[in-house]
Amino acid sequence: MSDKHSIPGPLANEGLPLAERGLFCDAPPRQYQRANKITEAFWNWARAQSLWILGFGTGCGAIELRPLMTSRFDMYRYGIQPRPTPRQSSVFVIGGYASVKTLKRIVRSYEQMMGPKFVVALGSCTINGGMYWDSYNTIKRIDQYIPVDVYIAGCMPRPEALLAGFQELKRIIRAGRGEGQNEYARKFEWYKANQKQVIKDWNMPDYNW
Amino acid sequence: MKELITSLANRYGVRDWKDLKAGQAACFVDSGRLRDCLRWLRDEAGYAHLSFATAIDQLERGVFTLTYALRNHERGHSLLVHSEIDRTRPVVDSIHRLWAQAWTYQREMKEWYGIDFPGSPRVDEEFVLEGWQGPPMMRRDFDSLAYSDATYAERPGRASSDPAEHMKRELYPEEQA
Repeated sequence: MSDKHSIPGPLANEGLPLAERGLFCDAPPRQYQRANKITEAFWNWARAQSLWILGFGTGCGAIELRPLMTSRFDMYRYGIQPRPTPRQSSVFVIGGYASVKTLKRIVRSYEQMMGPKFVVALGSCTINGGMYWDSYNTIKRIDQYIPVDVYIAGCMPRPEALLAGFQELKRIIRAGRGEGQNEYARKFEWYKANQKQVIKDWNMPDYNW
Repeated sequence: MKELITSLANRYGVRDWKDLKAGQAACFVDSGRLRDCLRWLRDEAGYAHLSFATAIDQLERGVFTLTYALRNHERGHSLLVHSEIDRTRPVVDSIHRLWAQAWTYQREMKEWYGIDFPGSPRVDEEFVLEGWQGPPMMRRDFDSLAYSDATYAERPGRASSDPAEHMKRELYPEEQA
């Protein structure tokens, strides 16, 4: 993805072997370019009606997505459905605790998602560590590493709470306040520094899109 | 069973035989004779199945206790073979040539406790952790909380309370007065 608008970023995919560095993008993420007010309002309405979540259960909280999908709670009636790849998804549900090993995959998946993209973090673990507050291998707050739009507290939150969280996310999107992607672009170096502080063996690209 | 106990004691100095329950017993052998003892148990005594191998950190006594769980399927009997090694010099014979699957357990013990098994396949590769740079994290003198505080950012304002006291306050506020 090197078009005339992109300038090489400050990071050089140093975690990769030399031969592979050229295979990946070398430009930092860009902020979302808004259309005019009316068009953008229509698009935001449309985005809020079809939340496609990434089918990546990152922690034990992912177990709550199964009852949400099936007939009792049936999230499809709200336009929410899982997608198999990051490229097709617009919502990333962080399902509870994230170990450092999982965080690597979370960062890669999040960066591969197409914008506009939103993050819902569920469970106490994503907020302040929850029951993993003294764990040697579990991060204590996810918003140091990727931006978060909606938190759903609980250990575990019930499917009803998840639905309420998704309704809140819809309100945020419709109001045009889903700024996660832009925040990630603005504070990209801060996020990268935080990520590299805990992921000691950084052996993946700096720019995953 | 008496026969087995006697010949283990005579051959390998096995001691502290203890029947834990019906069909399960434990015994102790010196670490230098561990591999020979296990080989004999496998080939001559019918304990052909290695169920698992694990380590226990005995910080107070300065040793690691290694435990090998063997099973004799013909007699329906399980045997836990314990052995001890010095905590400051944690090296022990590898048994991957007796049971091929043992290398997985040994790799696990190497990463979690820092116990070395020279010659065991891939024993130095990381097992469940990625990019871990701290000391072996299952050793009891590893301070998980201090490591976590030093490594991971924390959200301010977290408080904890005793569940019993908290529920008392919530449910029966009049009694607190």
